[in-house]
Amino acid sequence: MARRWILPVLLAVGFLLSFAIPQFGLLDLYVQLIIMYVGINIILTTSLNLINGYMGEFSVGHAGFMAVGAYVASILTVSVFPSNLAAWLFPVAIVLGGVAAGLVGLVVAFPSFKTRGDYLAIVTLAFLMIVKSVIENIDAVGGPRGFLGMEKLTTLPWVFFWTVLSVWVIRNLVYSNFGRGVFSIREDEIASDLMSVNTQQVKVIAFVTSSFFAGVAGGLFAHVLQFINPRVFDIIKSTDILIMVYLGGIGSLAGSILGGTIYTVLLEVLRPLGVWRMVLMPLVLVLLMIYRPRGIMGLREFRWFVPVRDLLASQLWRQAKQKEVGDASSAS
Amino acid sequence: MTYFLQQALNALQLGSIYALIALGYTMVYGILTMINFAHGDLFMVGAFFCFLAATVLKLPFVPTLLISMAGVALLGVTIERLAYKPLRQAPRVSAIITALGVGIFLENFTLALNPYPQHIPTLIANTTFTLGGVSISSLQIIIVVLSIALMILLDLIVRRTMVGMAMRAISWDKTVVPLMGVPLNLVISMTFAIGTSLGGAAGVMYGLAYPVIDPYMGIIIGWKAFISAVVGGIGNIRGAMIGGFILGAVEIMVAAFFPSTYRDFVAFTLLLILLIFRPYGILGKPRPQKV
Amino acid sequence: MPLLQANKVTHYFGGLCAVSDFNLDLEPHELVGIIGPNGAGKTTVFNLITGVYRATQGSMTFDGTELVGMTPNQITAQGIARTFQNIRLFKDLSVLDNVRVAHYSQVNYTPIEALLQVGRYRAEEERVAHHAMDLLAVFKLDGYSDELSKNLPYGLQRRLEIARALATNPKLLLLDEPAAGMNPGEINQLMEFIQWVRKEFDLTIILIEHQMRLVMGICERLKVLDFGATIAEGLPKDIQNNPKVLEAYLGQEAVG
Repeated sequence: MARRWILPVLLAVGFLLSFAIPQFGLLDLYVQLIIMYVGINIILTTSLNLINGYMGEFSVGHAGFMAVGAYVASILTVSVFPSNLAAWLFPVAIVLGGVAAGLVGLVVAFPSFKTRGDYLAIVTLAFLMIVKSVIENIDAVGGPRGFLGMEKLTTLPWVFFWTVLSVWVIRNLVYSNFGRGVFSIREDEIASDLMSVNTQQVKVIAFVTSSFFAGVAGGLFAHVLQFINPRVFDIIKSTDILIMVYLGGIGSLAGSILGGTIYTVLLEVLRPLGVWRMVLMPLVLVLLMIYRPRGIMGLREFRWFVPVRDLLASQLWRQAKQKEVGDASSAS
Repeated sequence: MTYFLQQALNALQLGSIYALIALGYTMVYGILTMINFAHGDLFMVGAFFCFLAATVLKLPFVPTLLISMAGVALLGVTIERLAYKPLRQAPRVSAIITALGVGIFLENFTLALNPYPQHIPTLIANTTFTLGGVSISSLQIIIVVLSIALMILLDLIVRRTMVGMAMRAISWDKTVVPLMGVPLNLVISMTFAIGTSLGGAAGVMYGLAYPVIDPYMGIIIGWKAFISAVVGGIGNIRGAMIGGFILGAVEIMVAAFFPSTYRDFVAFTLLLILLIFRPYGILGKPRPQKV
Repeated sequence: MPLLQANKVTHYFGGLCAVSDFNLDLEPHELVGIIGPNGAGKTTVFNLITGVYRATQGSMTFDGTELVGMTPNQITAQGIARTFQNIRLFKDLSVLDNVRVAHYSQVNYTPIEALLQVGRYRAEEERVAHHAMDLLAVFKLDGYSDELSKNLPYGLQRRLEIARALATNPKLLLLDEPAAGMNPGEINQLMEFIQWVRKEFDLTIILIEHQMRLVMGICERLKVLDFGATIAEGLPKDIQNNPKVLEAYLGQEAVG
C-alpha cells in the first residue's frame, strides 16, 4: 500500500510529458496523433464499460452519444464562441458537448427500466440511427455532407487531462454506493430491487455518466480530425467501441485502458497489411474470446485502482475492533 | 392509389428478403440464445456465391440458388463448430462479440479476395406485366413466391418433423434434452445449416433484384434483419416472418411518402414506438422468471 | 395495531388464479408460518407483499402505509426484507459487497458527491462498511468477507442471504423455505437461529416451509394454502389434525 504514491507521481510526470512532447517535438507527429486517439478511445471504452460491463446491459448506441458531443462542441467553437477565445473556451465546449450527450443518455435510460438484453440493444440501436438521421437532416450543421472548420484544439495535454478525469470519475462511481447498485443489477436485478436498490435511479446515473463521457470523447475527436460527418458515428463505430470493451475485459477499468490502447495501436501497427489487417484482427479477437471469454482483465481490477478503504475494508474493521477492545481493557 | 399498390409490391419484395434473413437470426437465437451477428455477412456471402456460380460456373438460376444455399449452409456449420461451440458455456456477450468478429472477418476476407463491387448477371428473364396500372415484374413474383415457399417449408420442418421437435425442445432446456437421447450437436448444426441457407437464399434473391453487390452490403441489412426478428419477437419463427414484412413495409412506405433523408429517422422512431408498447416484440413472450 | 394487514388479496396470472382472498393480521414480533403443497401460491404471497407482483385485487398495509402499487425497493425501504426459495445472492460479488449493496437506500450521499469523492462520501462509506462487517460478524461470516459469495458452501450461502436481508434494517422478515436441503441436525440449529434472530433484531417473521418439524417447532400460528386459497389457519397443533390440511398434502384416499 505504501507504494501507492507512485500512481499520482506517474500521472504528474505524464501530464508534464504531455506538454513537453509537442513543445519539443520529442515524438513524431504521427505518434502524437496515435496517442491522442488512444486517449479518446480509452474514454469511450471506459464509459461504455460502465453500461455493458459493470451493469451487464448490451448497449450498441455509444457512437450516437459521441456524435452528439462532437457536433455540439464543434458548433460551439466554430459558430458560437468568438474565434479568438475558442482555444480558451475549448474546455467549456467539451463540457457542454458532454452535457448534451448526457441529456440524450437520460432519454435512453427510460426504456432501460422495462427492457433488458437484446430488446435494449434494439432500443439503443434505434437511438443511434435516430441521432444519425436527425443530424443528416439539419442543414445548418452540414447534414450528410458533414461539418468542418474546427481548429485543432485537441492537444496532448487536454487528451491526457480528460482521459485521467474520466477514468477517475468512473472509478469513483464504481466504488461507491451507486456502483454497487450497478453490479447488483448485473448480477440479479430482481433481487437487487428487493434489497432496497433503487434500480431506476442507478440506471439513470449510469446512462448519464456513460453518455456524458462519450460526448466528451466526441468533442475531443472532432477537434483533432477537424471534420465530422454522420457516417463516422454509425454502427461500425459502435461496434469498434464494443470490441475494445470486450477485448480489454468487462467490468474492469484497467481492462478498458488495455482494450482501448491495444486495439488502437494494433490497428495502426497492422496498417501495412492493408485490407488483410481487418482479416487478421477479427481472427485474433475470436481466438481471444474463445480462450478468455471475459476479455483480458475480465471482472478483475488493477489493485491500485481500487480505493484503499475498499480493498482493505475487512482489515480496517478488524483493526478498529481490536482498538476498541484495547481501549476497553485499558479503561477498566 | 396505384402508386400505393406499386409501393406495396416493393414492400412485399423487400419484406420477403428481410423475413428470410430474420428467420436465420431467430432460429439460431431460439436454440442457442445467441445473436449471430455474422448472419448478415453470410447473406452477403450467399450473394457472392451466386455471382461465382453464375459467372464462373455459368449455371442457370436453380442450380445457382441451390449451390449458394448449400455453400452458405456449409460455411455456417463450420463457423458454428469452430467459433461458437467453444463458447456455449461462456457469457452470452462473449459469443456476440465473437459473432461480430466473424462477421468482420467475412467482410474483409471477401474484400481482400475481391476488391471491386460485382454485377450479377440476369438469371431470370425479367418480364413486366401491368395489372390495373401497377407494373409487376416476374422477378418480383418469383422472389415473393420463393420466399414464402421457403418459409412454409421451414414452418413444416420445425412443426412436423423430429428434427424440428428436437430444435424446439433444445430451445427450452439445453442440459436436460441431450440426456433424453437427443444429439445436441447434430441438431444445433442442422439449425445453423437451415438458418444460414435461408440467409444465403436471400442473398441470391437480393443479388438478382439489386444486381450490384459489394462485401459490406451485409452490415446494414444484417442489422435491419435483426431488428425484424426482434420486432416480431426474437426466437419466434412466425414472428420473424411478420417482423420482416413489417420492416420492409415501413421502409418502403416511409421512403415513398417522406423525403429520403427522413426515411431512417421515421422508420426507427416507429420501431421504437412499437417496442415501447410491445417490449417483447409482436409475438414474443418474456421468458418467465421464477422469483 | 397490526404491523402487516392483508385484506382480500387476490392475484391472477392471465386467467390462472394464483392466490385468492388472502387475509392476514400480523402483530409485531409474531412468528407466523405459511404452509401448503407445492404450487399452492405461498411464494406468490411473498412476491405480492414485497411488490414483485402488483396484486390484482385487494390491499395490504404495513404500519399503516398501503403497499399495493409501491415498487419493490420502496417496500424494502419501508422495512420488509426477504430471502428466496432458490438462493439469489449476487454471485460474482464478495460476501461483504453482497451485504453492502443492501444498504443502498440508507446511504446519505448524492451521486455528485460520489463522483467527486467529496462531502459525506467518505464518512458514509466507512459507516456502511463498518455496519456490514458488524453484521457479518454476528452471523460468523466475517472471516469470509472478501470471498466471492458463489464460492461459499450452501449452508453459509443461506446464512449470508439472511444477513443481507437484515442489512436493509427491516421490521418484517420473510423467509422462503430456509430449511431447504438441510438435515435434522441442521434444522434444529436453524430453529434456534431463527428464534435468536427474531429477538436480537426485534423482528416479526413470516416463514414458508415444508419441513414440518421446523414449522411445528417455532411457528406461533399457521396459515395453510392450497391452490391459492386459504384452507385452514390456527395453532400448529390444531392444523396438524385438520382433515382438510391432510387431504391437501396426502390426497383424498389417504384421509378418507
